[in-house]
Amino acid sequence: MGIRWGSIWQALGKRPLARHGLLAVIVAAAVLVLSYQVSAYTNYEVAGVAVFATAAAGLTVLTGVNGQISLGHGALMAVGAYTTSLLLEWQTNLPIVLVMAASVAAAAAAGLLFGVAASRLRGPYLAGVTLALALALPQLALHFASIFRGEQGIPVTPPSVPGWLGASFSGEQWLAWVSVAAALVTMVLLANLLRSWVGRSLRAVRDDEVAAVLAGIHVGRTQVMAFVISSACAGLGGSLFAYWLGLTAPGGFSVTLSLQLLIAIVIGGMGSLVGAVWGAIFLILLPDLTGSLATAFNLPSSIGNNLPLAIFGAVLVLAMLAFPRGVQGGLTSLGGFGRSHWRQRRTRRESG
Amino acid sequence: MHTLLVLTVEGLVQGSIYAAVALALVLIWRATKVINFAQGAMAMFTTYVAWLAIQHGLSYWAAFGIALICGFALGAVVERVLVRPVETASPFNVVILTLGLYLFLEAIAPMIFGGSVRSFPPAFAITGLELGKVQVPLSGFDLFTFGCVAGALLLLTLLFKRTNLGLRMRASAFSPEVSRLLGIRVGRMLTTGWALAAGLGALAGVLIAPTSLLQPTYMDEAFIFGFTGAILGGLESPWGSVVGGLAIGVVLTFVGYLSPDLETFAGLIILTAILMLRPRGLFSRQRERRV
Amino acid sequence: MKPTKTLKWVGLAGLTAVLAAGSATVSAASGTAGNRASAPGITSNSITIGSTQPLTGLAAPGYDEIAPASKAYFEYVNAHGGVFGRKIKYDYLDDGYNPSQTPPLTRQLVLQDNVFGIFSALGTPTHLSVVSYLNAEKVPDLFVSSGCNCWNNVAKDPWTFGWQPDYTIEGKILGQYVKQHLSGEQVGYFYQDDEFGIDGVKGLDNQLSASSVVSRQNYVTTNINIGAQIAALQAAGAKVVVLFSVPAFTALALLTAATLNYHPTWVVSNVGSDPKTLGGLLSSFSKGAAGGALVAGMISDAYLPVVSDSSNGWIKLFKGIVQKYAPSLPWDGNVLYGVSQAYTLVQALKAAGRNPTRASVVKILETRKLTGGPGLVPFGFSKKDHLGYQGVEVVKTGADGVTQTPLTSIYVTGNQGKITVYKGKATKPGSSGVPSN
Repeated sequence: MGIRWGSIWQALGKRPLARHGLLAVIVAAAVLVLSYQVSAYTNYEVAGVAVFATAAAGLTVLTGVNGQISLGHGALMAVGAYTTSLLLEWQTNLPIVLVMAASVAAAAAAGLLFGVAASRLRGPYLAGVTLALALALPQLALHFASIFRGEQGIPVTPPSVPGWLGASFSGEQWLAWVSVAAALVTMVLLANLLRSWVGRSLRAVRDDEVAAVLAGIHVGRTQVMAFVISSACAGLGGSLFAYWLGLTAPGGFSVTLSLQLLIAIVIGGMGSLVGAVWGAIFLILLPDLTGSLATAFNLPSSIGNNLPLAIFGAVLVLAMLAFPRGVQGGLTSLGGFGRSHWRQRRTRRESG
Repeated sequence: MHTLLVLTVEGLVQGSIYAAVALALVLIWRATKVINFAQGAMAMFTTYVAWLAIQHGLSYWAAFGIALICGFALGAVVERVLVRPVETASPFNVVILTLGLYLFLEAIAPMIFGGSVRSFPPAFAITGLELGKVQVPLSGFDLFTFGCVAGALLLLTLLFKRTNLGLRMRASAFSPEVSRLLGIRVGRMLTTGWALAAGLGALAGVLIAPTSLLQPTYMDEAFIFGFTGAILGGLESPWGSVVGGLAIGVVLTFVGYLSPDLETFAGLIILTAILMLRPRGLFSRQRERRV
Repeated sequence: MKPTKTLKWVGLAGLTAVLAAGSATVSAASGTAGNRASAPGITSNSITIGSTQPLTGLAAPGYDEIAPASKAYFEYVNAHGGVFGRKIKYDYLDDGYNPSQTPPLTRQLVLQDNVFGIFSALGTPTHLSVVSYLNAEKVPDLFVSSGCNCWNNVAKDPWTFGWQPDYTIEGKILGQYVKQHLSGEQVGYFYQDDEFGIDGVKGLDNQLSASSVVSRQNYVTTNINIGAQIAALQAAGAKVVVLFSVPAFTALALLTAATLNYHPTWVVSNVGSDPKTLGGLLSSFSKGAAGGALVAGMISDAYLPVVSDSSNGWIKLFKGIVQKYAPSLPWDGNVLYGVSQAYTLVQALKAAGRNPTRASVVKILETRKLTGGPGLVPFGFSKKDHLGYQGVEVVKTGADGVTQTPLTSIYVTGNQGKITVYKGKATKPGSSGVPSN
């Protein structure tokens, strides 16, 4: 008789948690296997993708699903990163899950504070305030230099490889495993959240505030909730970022970081979690590509170093001009196009 | 007492630059309901062009003029080519577009002009003036800065209040459909608005460059404080934005004196506090929609 | 001719060409006979080294010349037989003096570009972010371009070596000069708020009494508004101001002081004092007067031959090399620094033998004394010490804003201990311009 794939698929369709979980497990298995095949540097880059994907996923929920633009999520990543660094400085052997949880909590708290302050703001006013947040929060680290170690920053030891993996297991591979695991957990949780009443409220407020109020949704609370959720993700991303860099310093959290997160969600499609991953891949891969290009064509450093940023900027501009729905949106429409085209051909063939 | 005077004067001079940026942002907002996040970067770019002119032997004043003309041109081009097609879509898209432009300009400036930090000449001496035996905490260049911004303000006010062009621009911003029916080329008015704003931004860029050392990110701070000033005064009010810019300049100079690291943070607190109380700015006449 | 015959002729001609080329390569590479790929980054005919440098940003003025200058020297060496026939490939990446950019770039150099070692990594805060990583991965971290004491921690970081005199040593010798020649004047400090500045201040405090220091101000490289700090120095009445700052901030300090009509005697650490760099940054403000007007009379220190001394053999040699291999570079203190550092690396690589390993280079630096280089004083490398040059002489910039002249003898000291006069003889370059040992 064989396995009835069709009914399994149907069953999964009715249980989003199971479906999302299964997808996550498959991806985790794939990453696990591949991480043995690739170089240490590639594993390092995979970890980097996970860092940005985690933070970008939160931002895409805030901006894409809830409609609030934030240019300050780099600062919220900083909250997570500094929490991680300070905890590790205090006690180097804290379990990594605890450290991450604390970072998430700290960033969520910051997000709560800021969300409440900004809940009545819309559009450019919100953008401006979050931009100011992005610029100002790292300055606190400079001012309270005795705690935050000023511009030099706090060094962070990468998570140590557990003994049962053997002595020759590379640190980069372990970092990739940890980061991807964190990212997948985030994705699953967010995906489930989006399918629940939370997601519906977020979308309702984005689409029409007045109608949402009439439907009984408390707009202010929804806005704050969106901020808290996205800040928690940024905090986790920040914690992973601290491990990835090996350092937490104000220079790592410039406005460019916040804009990079924005680029990731625009490229990937606002509101799309999978798109956040695409965007993160783009963020990490592009400097590599331009670096190779610069070496191949022997470009001077002033050109080679600025190429990634120029391309990021150009991509944002062009994306807005041509593809407002980003890569994921583009793929969906391509997929849709393909499907309808195929259906047309089948119909034509059947009709003789 | 002397310190108080020094700080106030310094604050007003800095504030006048923020006021110029704020006014530029308000001009664009009133015309197209868009915040031009690339305003600072555009000013940076035109200042680099001026720097290049000076490197090629042109006089400071020629370079000054070139910066302004480039500003006008850049503003017009950006509006016509980039912003116009996207305006009609969601406001999100324009914000992201201008942010993309900001990144792009900040990246190609070092590609074209070289990445090293440069020095940019001031129009007049930057050392404090001496009136008789008294050391005045104001330099020739400070007076020039103040004068330029005040002059630009005056010209703009005259333009909007006394000329036909100004009338048409105001009409286009107020009611585009009716203006079209009346035969006004609304598109052209929008482009002119952007051109003027960018020219104002270019002026700010040239005035701030000598003390900031020319580098691709040097206008970032001026932009954020100018933006704060504009928000403070309310995006609908040109005079409010000027007052806002000056106020920010003074307050931040005092804060900077007391604690140099906390200037930007103070700006954030002020901005957030004001917006929490009045989400549309201090001087706004519109009341925000309460749901 | 028939096609097959043409083919035969073409094939024969091609084969001859290949054989000719092959034999030419063999004879040219006879210097590489016996070379093995003895370590990562080393092949039979090349050595790859990497670096992180501030090619953009506020630390770039002046410092962005160092790596191209080193590269020019490597090209000279490559054209003159290389190191045991191996050509040196120098891969340097821009971290913008941002400590958060350095870790991914360093990992790229080590993991992807597979460098033999890191050379001349520039910056105290930037290098601090990667020194643990490099030592954990056992990558030679040679001649860090920074004078922080942090590079002299042999127990914790055995793979890291300094090169320039450490900031505390510099601070002590500059402090001694101020104490001896500017006694009675009130002193102010202006320093970068990280290990660079703090180490320098430690040295100054070792010599200057607490009562003579009336104001201590610092800055961070992300905030160029230093008006408040300079005003504070003026208000405290400091007649001598000692700077441990990068060139852009030295220039900003000079500029800001000028706007306040404040003209103390400026004593500036070597790393932030190159007159040509400062002159360039200040040129727009000196209207008419040479860019150096604000720089004239500045006191600093040197541990290499004075850059403006064209009669010195090293200056002549290095200037010629730079003119030939990197003509776009100006001739100034930063370029001299880059070339001299490259000279030291070539000395070390040659000393390590025909088939060096990462460990053997470290060992040779600890055991063999590298002598005969351009430095005015010897290195302090030993099993217990990874400090570079052990001292400096004090110099003054002339009225033209460019020429520097020595004011004192050459002193050596350690982080603790007394300052003594160095009595060694000045060295001269060998005839080939390439180190022999």
